[in-house]
Amino acid sequence: MTARFKHKAVVLSIVLLALLLPFIIQNDYFFHIMTLSFIWMIGVYGLNLIAGYTGYLSLAHAGFFAIGAYSLGILTVKFEIHYWLAFFLACAITCIIGLVIGLVALQTKEHFFAIYTLCVGYIIYLVIDKWESLTGGVRGLIGIPVPPDLGPISFRSPVSQYYFNLFFLLAAIFMMYRIVHSLTGRTLIAIRNSEELAQTIGISTMKNKLVSFVLSTFFAALSGILYASFIRFIGPDISYITMTFDFLIFLLVGGIGTLSGPIVGTLLIVWISQQLQFLQDYRMLIFGPLLTLLIIFYPKGIVGGIFSWKMKMQEKKKRLSMSAKSATQRAEEG
Amino acid sequence: MEIFAQQIFNGLTVGSVYSLVALGLTLVYGILHIPNFAHGALYMMGGYITLTMMTKFGLYYWIAIMISMVIVGLMGVLMERLIFYPLRDAPPIQDKIAAIGILLFLEAFAQFVWGADYQTMPTPYGQVVSVMGLTFTMQRLLIIISTVVVMILLFLFLKKTFIGSAIIAMSQNREGAHLVGINTNKMAMLTFMISGALAAIAASLSSPINLVFPGMGHLVILKAFVIIIIGGMGSIPGAIIGGYILGFAESLGATYISNDYKDIFAFILLVLILTFKPTGLFAKGGHS
Amino acid sequence: MFLETRQLTKQFGGLVAVDHVNFSVEKGKINAIIGPNGAGKSTFFNLISGFYPPSSGQVMFKGQDITRLPPNKIAKLGIARTFQTTHLFEQANVLDNVLIGFRLRTKSNLIDALFLTKRLKREEEQSKEKAFEVLKFVGLTNMENKIVANISQEEKKRVAIALALATEPEIIFLDEPAAGINPEETEGLANLIEKIVQHNITVCLIEHKMKMVMNLAHKIMVLNHGKKIAEGTPEEIQNNETVIKAYLGGSAIA
Ligand SMILES: Nc1ncnc2c1ncn2[C@@H]1O[C@H](COP(=O)(O)OP(=O)(O)O)[C@@H](O)[C@H]1O
Ligand SMILES: [Mg+2]
Repeated sequence: MTARFKHKAVVLSIVLLALLLPFIIQNDYFFHIMTLSFIWMIGVYGLNLIAGYTGYLSLAHAGFFAIGAYSLGILTVKFEIHYWLAFFLACAITCIIGLVIGLVALQTKEHFFAIYTLCVGYIIYLVIDKWESLTGGVRGLIGIPVPPDLGPISFRSPVSQYYFNLFFLLAAIFMMYRIVHSLTGRTLIAIRNSEELAQTIGISTMKNKLVSFVLSTFFAALSGILYASFIRFIGPDISYITMTFDFLIFLLVGGIGTLSGPIVGTLLIVWISQQLQFLQDYRMLIFGPLLTLLIIFYPKGIVGGIFSWKMKMQEKKKRLSMSAKSATQRAEEG
Repeated sequence: MEIFAQQIFNGLTVGSVYSLVALGLTLVYGILHIPNFAHGALYMMGGYITLTMMTKFGLYYWIAIMISMVIVGLMGVLMERLIFYPLRDAPPIQDKIAAIGILLFLEAFAQFVWGADYQTMPTPYGQVVSVMGLTFTMQRLLIIISTVVVMILLFLFLKKTFIGSAIIAMSQNREGAHLVGINTNKMAMLTFMISGALAAIAASLSSPINLVFPGMGHLVILKAFVIIIIGGMGSIPGAIIGGYILGFAESLGATYISNDYKDIFAFILLVLILTFKPTGLFAKGGHS
Repeated sequence: MFLETRQLTKQFGGLVAVDHVNFSVEKGKINAIIGPNGAGKSTFFNLISGFYPPSSGQVMFKGQDITRLPPNKIAKLGIARTFQTTHLFEQANVLDNVLIGFRLRTKSNLIDALFLTKRLKREEEQSKEKAFEVLKFVGLTNMENKIVANISQEEKKRVAIALALATEPEIIFLDEPAAGINPEETEGLANLIEKIVQHNITVCLIEHKMKMVMNLAHKIMVLNHGKKIAEGTPEEIQNNETVIKAYLGGSAIA
């Protein structure tokens, strides 16, 4: 009970800190980076749901991110549809495409699924890159609008963008929390553990995997939409495989299959990348091996590492107190 | 008709390269049942090392290729020791991610050392030949012939030598191979060595036509995956035939359907196959 | 008929793993399947539980043809099974492993999860109760919080059985429950199996430990090379010439 209370207190103070940050630090560049991190995190949560909790490594994640971003861009720029309607439609379009692809892709398993989604991701990239009349090809889409003013609130300043995206991040985290801690989440974890066993205890694996996959594309879309209206320019490179790998690095460094992993990983990597600006294109010289070493030695990332360390300490404490107890018992008996 | 013949010839060239890359991938899959996502990076390294040997050290094309094959082969062995061996019992998601880490590292490394520019590899076989209305460079002919030679050598090695048949035995039944006293560790390393060498020679042969750059392995590896799924994961003839089929399909598709979208054919083909056969064509196992 | 197979056959390429097997399970009894390694026993289970589609033949359960149903639907009808090697989630605790067993009797979905509905809360409570109930049944009270990776092989087998029981089955198929377990523990497991039958759940088990089978089973079927070579009470089987020959000719069994 107290552990849960402590947990809640930690979460609350972090949220509070995020909310108060604009009053503490006043630096537009800082907000830009933080806002971008929030946007990535939403996408990382999507990948976490399908890869971390369900055990299916989807390598088309950047593709869905881009479908969300491009849907919003095309609908607002080319068809001049109202922002919020376009927002909604972009989510719906991505989820529908996700559903169709999921229906087929989820028939495959393990490496077949990874390769299948890798190819799907590449097809999405090629289509965006080559379908110039719709997507603008390599030139990309320019002038994507920010959200329209909500009464007195405008979304043009960095601080308002910060709050706007923080809102969606908190919503995404809340959704993930509820899902992971429900029977649905347990079901997904059972599938990750062993699909065969899940089936024998009466779980419709296909239905549950599909829910997880579509939801993961929804998070990817949301992330892409927010990205498009934050950066206001998108090009085909956001759908490329390297983008999926970025999501994957954020997730793995933080901790795949953990709730706080996406936050920790994204913040850390984005922050390190800022420090390593001089490395630019060569940052993978560090992050590549980091990814490999982590998966070998800390497959559950930083958060998982901390968890297992805590567990070990608890075990130790327990054993110590137990041996102390039995010692006193023996002393009393003797 | 001439265009058609020309495209068949081109398909043969492209298919040769695909087959070599797919062969390396399928050999590793056969033995360890892992799809090596970093195989494309080995291919890329093969291209750069050959190029460097030629331009920096002034070595002759074939010597450069030999050195490249050895170095990349050793890189393959290193990869097996450092990643795939420690992760052999880990959940299947982990070896893929570890391989992706290596892939990212090697690409950044290449960019760091050689730059992001596209570079041309010189070749002593640049002359243009005309035979019966077909025009091509000697290099293309060389690709086709060398590939056949490499395949024959590989075939002889696998069928006629003890080590080769041990590899085959192991790909059919790992535990069984272990029981009859085959050193499965050594075989795994050797297979990675061969796999890397095949990637290196494939890259070195195709580079004079296709340029050398850090991302040169991306499409090739993706297509090699498509090929081994078409041909049956782990199947050697499947990789060869699949490679040529894809080569033909692409060069004909580029001419008669759309040049812009020629790279998409392979993926659509794969998506179609997996849609109807989720475990790939020629899958082993009971879920029939 | 409670559960029966008719001419059930499974071919893997050229190999006939299960060959035209007719078998009927006696309700409320312990039914056993024995046979040398590779005889097709596990495959037979996989056919009944829907893991492999049979090459030909039928599986009937309470008058319904379940031959082509997927495993999850078969489980819902009240047929549970365990695997030869337990597939438990090693990093989770015992309770979390068993709790999910009741999932097939619950209805809450993603919407319930997002809005934390009453239904979800109620069903989570029910799942937990069920888990405690079956853990108590298999004799693992006070083990809920142990991580599965840290418990003994025999305890894992019990957890796997508890999980199967949490699905509220009418019949349970146990694939070599006593494999890799020492003699005393085997006895404990035998007691558990008898307890299951006493609670009106039919048992069908594959087992290599002859003594255990002969003591427990009411009815035994012997498979060899996929074919049923004998069927009957333990005494009948022990005195059956074909069975003795098959065992002497085949791999040793003890
Ligand atoms: N998925 C499968 N694919 C191919 N052959 C299989 C498969 N499953 C089992 N077999 C074969 O079927 C035969 C029966 O196996 P199994 O049912 O596991 O035997 P048992 O459980 O009696 O030891 C064996 O020869 C085995 O190799
Ligand atoms: Mg068996």
